[in-house]
Amino acid sequence: MSIIALDAPGKELLLMGNEAIARGALEAGVKVCTAYPGTPSTDIIENLASVAKPMGLYVEWSINEKVALEVASAASFSGLRALCAMKQNGLNVASDYLLSLNLIGIEAGLLLVTCDDPSAHSSSTEQDSRPFAKLADLPLLEPSTSQEAKEMTKWAFALSEEMGIVCLMRGVTRTSHARGNVTLGPLPSPDGRKAWFDKTRQRNTHPVYQKHDQLHRNLIRLEEIFAASPFNQYIGPERPKALIITCGSGWLYSQEALELLGLEDAVGVLKIGTTWPLPTTMIIEKLEKTPKVLFVEEVDSFLEGNVKELAADFSGQIGPKTFFGKRSQHIPFFGEMNADRVIDALGKIFQVRYQARSPRYEAQAAEVAEKMLPSRALGFCPGCPHRASYWSIKNALQLDNRQGFATYDIGCYALGRGPAGYYLLKTGGAMGTGTGLASGFGKLASFGFDQPVVAMCGDSTFFHAAMPPLVNACYNKSNLVMVILDNSTTAMTGFQPHPGVGRNAMGEEVAPVDIEAVCRSFGAKVSVTDPFDLEGTKQKMLQALEDPVGAKVVIMRRQCQMLKGKEEKLPYQVRVNPEICIGDDCGCDRLCTRVFKCPGLMWDKKLAQARIDEVICVGCGVCADICPEKAIIKEEIR
Amino acid sequence: MNPEKNFYNLIITGVGGQGNVLSSQLIGQAFVHKGYFTTIGETYGASQRGGSVMSHIRISSKKQQSPLIPKGKADIIVALEPVEALRVLTHYGNPETVVIVNTRPIYPVDVISGKEAYPEFAEIEKSLETLSRKVYYVSATDQAMEMGSPILGNMIMIGALLQVNLLPLSMEEFRQTLSKNFNGKRLETNLQALEQGKKMEFHI
Repeated sequence: MSIIALDAPGKELLLMGNEAIARGALEAGVKVCTAYPGTPSTDIIENLASVAKPMGLYVEWSINEKVALEVASAASFSGLRALCAMKQNGLNVASDYLLSLNLIGIEAGLLLVTCDDPSAHSSSTEQDSRPFAKLADLPLLEPSTSQEAKEMTKWAFALSEEMGIVCLMRGVTRTSHARGNVTLGPLPSPDGRKAWFDKTRQRNTHPVYQKHDQLHRNLIRLEEIFAASPFNQYIGPERPKALIITCGSGWLYSQEALELLGLEDAVGVLKIGTTWPLPTTMIIEKLEKTPKVLFVEEVDSFLEGNVKELAADFSGQIGPKTFFGKRSQHIPFFGEMNADRVIDALGKIFQVRYQARSPRYEAQAAEVAEKMLPSRALGFCPGCPHRASYWSIKNALQLDNRQGFATYDIGCYALGRGPAGYYLLKTGGAMGTGTGLASGFGKLASFGFDQPVVAMCGDSTFFHAAMPPLVNACYNKSNLVMVILDNSTTAMTGFQPHPGVGRNAMGEEVAPVDIEAVCRSFGAKVSVTDPFDLEGTKQKMLQALEDPVGAKVVIMRRQCQMLKGKEEKLPYQVRVNPEICIGDDCGCDRLCTRVFKCPGLMWDKKLAQARIDEVICVGCGVCADICPEKAIIKEEIR
Repeated sequence: MNPEKNFYNLIITGVGGQGNVLSSQLIGQAFVHKGYFTTIGETYGASQRGGSVMSHIRISSKKQQSPLIPKGKADIIVALEPVEALRVLTHYGNPETVVIVNTRPIYPVDVISGKEAYPEFAEIEKSLETLSRKVYYVSATDQAMEMGSPILGNMIMIGALLQVNLLPLSMEEFRQTLSKNFNGKRLETNLQALEQGKKMEFHI
């Protein structure tokens, strides 16, 4: 069982921000927790799922974020505290309902956590989710440390209940995936509350204008509450030469930058934990005492814009200020924050010179960086079925020879846009987009469009957002090939189950949804293949490409090797027979390493031959089937 | 390193799948147990798929630190892969940094395909030594393979880290952390790997 359920008040643990959020929810007596997995938010629900049974929770992986918010809302309406978590892209999906739920209101505390990914470490965007709070007129909290993430989460449920509205919390990669000290609080004893929906009240958005008015009046009350919040704090001199206004991870970076520059006595730091609506009086009081303000925040200029709005309202009282931040180009408009970025901004404002290292060391480091560091493009794991799938699709498109290309969405297979997938993927975007785009391309024949289009889709993505575009393609008689790379898990986020797997977040067995049958019921022509059968897969792809009518679905099914590897060893010992591999003299021009590129293969420069890296190779044996000379030998391990 | 020092910046780096995250988590836990403020900043998600991975571990007796080490401020770098040691040094290293490096390369996909070159080991050694105070070389993967699985390389590297005695953490304290996280056969093999790292004869 996860340590987050430890009943040991006062004990100090090292917790990831997401674990701290999960713990805070438990301390607040949460009952229902929902999410669709998405880095860096996944661990919140994963941890809660692991303690669901002993803690008496209901936890689910919903099929998408909008459904997750709806399921959590039903719990709230029935008097149960609920948590819903997602990544930044997920909030876009959930926002359709969120922008009604703000008006509808809630009963028991409902917290919606969004984890943003500045620098897009594991995302397709670095979108800032905070403007949704302003758009929906809902309260927004931003924790700075793991300890604060726990405290804030606990408090957010009470706040949500008091105000009768959803509370939003925004984490970022460096709070969600950072670990820090957390002191545990007490866990509530079970209250045995019966879930019950009060039929005497309708929960809807009507009368809209009155409810909209109420939302705005809520903001005034929220400002009063936030003015007294311990999550907003100031450190620094009474009348600083400059004031840093910051939130989230910026709080610690700002302090560290001031320490490194020796500016602690000159510059104050105002840390805002309640970033919407802003605690106006507190901010105005600090603005009055300083001539200069620097904003330190991740991604958009959210604090910066909103504080400037206040400064305009109170300009008579606070007098003229000089503002520094993203708009003044002291802080970059992209990428995640760190202490160096704050040092750089302060250095420019105060004309301070800071050298992290001597010029000589810098020059040596720069030379190494330039000449000795091969890049590490992300690729598929050794034994990954996707590599084999892409290989066959590439070969089929080449044989078809009509300038075919592939579209995609989000998942491990999106790495196919790079060398790992032979650059087959040409356009994509959101969940399910590959199929939606293909549905569009597939209708352009009357304008002379004659290229075959292959939509790449994952199994988890199929349930999340690709079913509607496939229905669209079938209904509108679009000509496309949809490839469902069914690896029987949500691999990219850490192997969560989905409706096709036969197991849910609580670990219960459920009847799996048959993807093949679903596609057939829509009217698509479906075939199924094992991607490790290279020839068979290529033939099925060719058949689908050659069929000029309607939506064709090719399901390439083989369990993710990362998951499979835990359960069973792969069957082969793979080696290169040096007698047969003729290396550079072979007409294949290093097909295995130059083209196929499995990380388990190496090119031995001295022998000018292929070799297997026995540390990396997992024994899938696919490379044995691609070698034209049959120099790669796979021997079954008994 | 100054024994009075009460603040340490450690980076564990490698390639996705080498056990980087788990190693940093175990070290962090051991320090929290000892009463230190520990912050770990780590990036994963896409990291399992052959990318460079690094964890910043910041240990302080005074206060919670930010999750990212500023430029040039790494005290110790533990690298599970040689080129990754260099990559981290170029940004976070300084003339006082100590490096403990696993000698076995993992070739990036563009090196496998012949598009990019992987530097010769002698060149790597030379550059590591230019950019640090001291380098300890550990053949952790080879040892781990002999013990049955390359994944044990990370525990061998932690053994080596504790053996060079740059951090206020004893082998016994770390063994206790391991026994809180693993049991049975898994605990036993990890303890053996730790012991193996401790025994490593560093070729300098």
